[in-house]
Amino acid sequence: MLAQLGDEAKLLAGGQSLIPLMKLRFANPAHLVDLNFISGASYIKDENRTLRLGPLTHHADIENSAIAAKVPILHDCAAGIADVQVRNRGTIGGSLAEADPSGDWAVVLSTLVTQVRCLGKNGERTVDLEDFIQDAYTTVLAHDELVSEVVVDIPVKGSGGAYLAFKRAAPVYPTASAAVQLTMDGSVCKDVAIALGCVGLIAIKAKDAEAALRGQPITEKTLSAAAEAARAAADPQSDMRGSAEYKRTLVSALVRRAIDIAARRARGEHLEVSHLYA
Amino acid sequence: MPDAIAKVAVKVTVNGKLHSLDVEPRMLLVEMLREQLDLTGTHVGCDTTYCGACTVLLKGAAVKSCTMFAVQADGAEVTTVEGLERDGQLHPIQKAFGDAYGLQCGYCTPGLMLSTLQLLSKNQRPDEKEIRKAIAGNTCRCTGYQNVLKAIQFAAQNVKGA
Repeated sequence: MLAQLGDEAKLLAGGQSLIPLMKLRFANPAHLVDLNFISGASYIKDENRTLRLGPLTHHADIENSAIAAKVPILHDCAAGIADVQVRNRGTIGGSLAEADPSGDWAVVLSTLVTQVRCLGKNGERTVDLEDFIQDAYTTVLAHDELVSEVVVDIPVKGSGGAYLAFKRAAPVYPTASAAVQLTMDGSVCKDVAIALGCVGLIAIKAKDAEAALRGQPITEKTLSAAAEAARAAADPQSDMRGSAEYKRTLVSALVRRAIDIAARRARGEHLEVSHLYA
Repeated sequence: MPDAIAKVAVKVTVNGKLHSLDVEPRMLLVEMLREQLDLTGTHVGCDTTYCGACTVLLKGAAVKSCTMFAVQADGAEVTTVEGLERDGQLHPIQKAFGDAYGLQCGYCTPGLMLSTLQLLSKNQRPDEKEIRKAIAGNTCRCTGYQNVLKAIQFAAQNVKGA
């Protein structure tokens, strides 16, 4: 159908971004194809140590899912996106396909091993998340392709994660966010992935911040080094949400806090985390 | 002006009553409720998916009716503020908002009451944190929310299986 309609057609998933964009005339598609009448595209399955998420799975479904709760960072994300009403409509597939620089899912999923399955008229292909999102609002999806599934490896035992986003109010995008997923071996951080949101055109992998922790015990010194490296990795724009300098300071504080929560969760503590408000 | 847009037939149950309507595909759900069904209790506040004044329940889930198309409600059940009262009696949520002074100008109130209905349908004893989370998508510019929180606590005490 998309092949017939051409590249002026847009797919409508939850519509919580696309409909507002259309009202503002930022998006003006000639054709709108509503995906919501496709049955069987909303599911959360646990298969062979991977989670399989249907593209039209609502944020609220993930928030309330006992299966997704096995990966606490997914719950942190799902439960904090916008507000109840938006979480009831918005979808994980739509969020990834839109690739908004301020979107939450790409930040969180880039700290896990995530693959995006893309379906087109020539069949299905599987793309690593880091290759899927290419730039702000730009993915590898061809105009006649759609996201058919999101596949996430369940982290190994001894791993813990946390996602913290700072927002001025519930319905808005965060000012900055940080996702941390780490694996502890006793008191030493064996492996770690850190991603920053809203401080670049796409989610930023803070590799120097990861290097500051990998193979090290989590101490005030290594925490400060990681937070400082995250500040340097951020590439924010000054806008109505705050100055670039403010966002750098904010994101480094979020990274520090997220590392602490992730490490405690890796040790088996049950901590509830929610998005932070101004 | 663009050419006239072909209308689409929609069957939607609103507050228990089935309606068969013809709507333009671009019509928003809130426009259909207000303009075609004359259910003007559902308000348009910001029209940008922020304020929640247009909140209705779609299949029991709170949604912003300015952020979906009317055609997407085809076959679904919608509850608006007009669907709360029964036989001329206010719903316990409506009564609680009055008793606790949970409103001033009233513009946001229908949306807040529908968010409350979703909350209480899933959690009959919400604590304050849960209430705040449930109404985070409803903006009120009068009350400062304190009496809204009280109203929802009152409602929780008085709603049984709402």
